[in-house]
Amino acid sequence: MHALANPARFLKFARPVTVWALWPGLILVVAGIGGGLFVTPPDYLQGESARILYIHVPTAWLGMAGWGAIATASLSQLVWRHPLAAVAGRAVAVPGAVYAALCLATGSIWGRPTWGTWWEWDGRLTSMLILFFLYLGYIALAGAERERGGEGRMAALFGLVGAVNLPVIHYSVLWWQTLHQGQSLSILGGSKIAPELLWPLFLTLLGFTLLFAAVTLMRMRTELARTRLEARLRRAASE
Amino acid sequence: MPTRSSGADMLRPKHQRLILISLALAALIGAVLLAMWGLKDRAAYFATPSDIAAGRFAPGKAMRLGGMVEKGSLQRLPDGVTIRFLVSDMKQQTPVEFRGIAPSLFREGSGVVAEGQLADNGTFVADNILAKHDERYMPPQIDNGMTGR
Repeated sequence: MHALANPARFLKFARPVTVWALWPGLILVVAGIGGGLFVTPPDYLQGESARILYIHVPTAWLGMAGWGAIATASLSQLVWRHPLAAVAGRAVAVPGAVYAALCLATGSIWGRPTWGTWWEWDGRLTSMLILFFLYLGYIALAGAERERGGEGRMAALFGLVGAVNLPVIHYSVLWWQTLHQGQSLSILGGSKIAPELLWPLFLTLLGFTLLFAAVTLMRMRTELARTRLEARLRRAASE
Repeated sequence: MPTRSSGADMLRPKHQRLILISLALAALIGAVLLAMWGLKDRAAYFATPSDIAAGRFAPGKAMRLGGMVEKGSLQRLPDGVTIRFLVSDMKQQTPVEFRGIAPSLFREGSGVVAEGQLADNGTFVADNILAKHDERYMPPQIDNGMTGR
């Protein structure tokens, strides 16, 4: 990681990676959604409405993974003072919030025909909504600190503390009685989604991950360019 | 604390920060886990028939009841809009009465969450019914094979 501490070296690496993440990501998302909508058979119980899982599940996972990235960046900012950590945290926050919002929106749309309700305050739904609000809080806090010229230490602490919500989201369906069903996929427990219905999920998961990475890298490059521009303007003004 | 000797001053600031943050984070996670464990009952979205059998809910209080719709228990009353069924959690059963339109996924052998209140005779009178499905997804023909077993 410290090999990328130098912004010039980071940019040299980030520029090609952005392109290589963006286009394959878009292609995979389109292929996965197409496969999920037109190729796979309908679900035995829910029929066609279960097809929304090809968007709902990746956005839910990546919404959570995004906060994991913010927490990691926060840790390396607070402990190792990594020069790009604050930039990375701020860059991740916006796509992370968008993914969390997409997860909530698709879940709500899915809940109406299957459960019979748009929204219920059960453990899983509530903890996911809290994650979305944490993103908004982090974006506001980190943005305010940047405007004041601070290092973003408060935002980093907030990013670290907010990570306690991640295990709550994950275990909410195990700890508490919830309307949301238990997990369909786990590393040890295998898949409770039949293989015929599963393969588009891997395409959209990989695709949404690549898009997340591409947007994050674009935002980091924009931020670095902005910092450089501000420094140049300041120098020009003082001359 | 015995560790706060001069030895700690020899640690590099980087390591001091790491230890401090790790301890703070561990304490925080511990506190949250304890709080969540304490909330186990209150954060539950619904009660089970076992909870009701244990007498933990008074009649007439708004609550949610969840479980499986017992197979073969669903009956439609002659008025055409009222249904009666048993909700089971594999240990206890609670009879439920509901007037209205149930969601399309509501069926025998499937999960259900009923909002309403207990009547004095032990029947749960529901104002609203939500269907709860499980975590399995599969094509229709596999299901036919499995139910035919």
